[in-house]
Amino acid sequence: MQNTSTFANFKFILLSAACLSVIIMIAACRQENQLTTCDGEGKVQVAKDTTGQALADALMDQWTRDHPDRDWTTEEKQRHELKPPADNSSLLTGGQAEGNTYGQPTERDLLTWTRETEKFVLEGSRIFHSADLLKSTVSVSCDMCHPHGANTHPETYPKFQTQLGRVLLLRDMINWCIDNPVRGERLEPDDRRMRAMEAYIMAQRSGTKMNYGKH
Amino acid sequence: MKPRIKSIETKYMQDRQEFFSGLKNLDRRSFLKVSAAAMGAAAASGLLPGHSFCPVSVAQAAASSNSSESFRFAYISDSHLYEKKINDRFVRALLRAVEDVNNLEPQPDFVFYGGDLAQLGQPKELELGAQILKDVKAPLRMMVGEHDWYLDLGQKWQELFGRPTYSWNHKGIHFVTLNSVVERDFWTKRGLTPMERMMTVAGLDNGMQSPFSVGRQQREWLKDDLAGYSNDAPIIVFSHSPLYKLYKKWNFWTDDAEEVQAILKRFERVVVIHGHTHQILTNRIGNIHFHGLLSTAWPWPYAPEGMPELTVEMNRPDPFNTNDGCGDGQVHVHPDGLVDKIYSLWNRKPITVARDYTASWGTQSIPLKPNRPSY
Repeated sequence: MQNTSTFANFKFILLSAACLSVIIMIAACRQENQLTTCDGEGKVQVAKDTTGQALADALMDQWTRDHPDRDWTTEEKQRHELKPPADNSSLLTGGQAEGNTYGQPTERDLLTWTRETEKFVLEGSRIFHSADLLKSTVSVSCDMCHPHGANTHPETYPKFQTQLGRVLLLRDMINWCIDNPVRGERLEPDDRRMRAMEAYIMAQRSGTKMNYGKH
Repeated sequence: MKPRIKSIETKYMQDRQEFFSGLKNLDRRSFLKVSAAAMGAAAASGLLPGHSFCPVSVAQAAASSNSSESFRFAYISDSHLYEKKINDRFVRALLRAVEDVNNLEPQPDFVFYGGDLAQLGQPKELELGAQILKDVKAPLRMMVGEHDWYLDLGQKWQELFGRPTYSWNHKGIHFVTLNSVVERDFWTKRGLTPMERMMTVAGLDNGMQSPFSVGRQQREWLKDDLAGYSNDAPIIVFSHSPLYKLYKKWNFWTDDAEEVQAILKRFERVVVIHGHTHQILTNRIGNIHFHGLLSTAWPWPYAPEGMPELTVEMNRPDPFNTNDGCGDGQVHVHPDGLVDKIYSLWNRKPITVARDYTASWGTQSIPLKPNRPSY
């Protein structure tokens, strides 16, 4: 009899504990906030009283999960070597810059210029090296004939393209290649992909003397 | 008066025109005489490619036809096949090359395939290649390239063609075929799938992969293989990548090239014939004479730095002709083991890099220079 009563008490305690935890959980849920990450897409639940670093970490974790290709510029640079943009560090010296916003860049400005320019060019590299992004119907990408953009000679345009009997710009030749060996989708001159590929091809010839019309 | 400079193409077309108009003016007797002489010269040397009019090669052939020991073999390389339903251009190009070598009269002693039969190492690509190459009339010798290997690490290729490293003797020459596209494991740590590994290796300018090498195991094998041969034995080695260091960023490069060269150093005359570079490429390091192979699929630009002095580059290919800068060719092996390397370019007059050119360190039999350099 004694034993049965003890067991019943024990069961009662367990049941009470379970109920209590459910109540606490419901209460906790009511204490949560749903936040949106900086891209306006990702959602994250945080306790209402979360502040500071913990809040920032929660948001960053969600954004990281939502963007598995977040390091694409670093990865693209590792994959396909890029000539670096010009070194502008000399702009940080000199004494006449005071009071002139344009003439007084900071180190932070220089970093921004480099990062943004490289990103633009790397987008071109990514397309240049991808039959899929070029929408090739024959699995051909630009790098198959032009590794690192070699033999694209952007410095020779505009020039009279003998085979077509007219003067072409680099972008016309890019479209010719997309049409012919790549058998892809022709791009409008101001298409984001065309601009990026022009940027990549020109960046890879950095330091070469302009020589338009050269055959 | 300064002679008017003509392009190779113009000269070729004029030679051809003169030849055909000359034929019209011949009477029957003279015609028989001319054609018999031409056939005889071509037959004696085999240097006249079946698909191409080539008076220069005929003349050279006549000069070297005295030796009964000399012979020739043909080559096809770097076809980079996709499945036909994906891209039939490269398939048609390989078919054309097979037709070329089958049209050679007399037939070459053998046909050597220089690697990169497939583009992405897919079983269907390799099977298609094997099926097309079955039509080659002469005996076929195969070499592996990186595009054949890095999907399944050589499983399918070996199933179809056997071991990638082997040697044989033919008419007094010792031939060796190596697998020079051995890469360090860059994929396990990064957790790449077999297809991701293949795609990485398939990009010539993809810096995530490792440099090519022959590796210790094959170097040991090579030492043993050559052990029984005296220093004056003529040796011809085939490797997919050039067995020297030209341009690392495109793997126009073999990382342990110096160690392989050291094994070959004791021989008086060694010829190394390599694929991968898709262009006319000539080099000599000491006793070793290097020659490249043309691709049937597309030509590569020349490396922006490190070009060997002996290389006389081919004219920049015309993108408006998908076959320009592509082709196949032949190798005329002299009794001493050195070779005339014939580049049978599909859209141009064939170019011969003669034995005497590399033997004289580039002072004799100099090939014509290009008028449109590579960028």
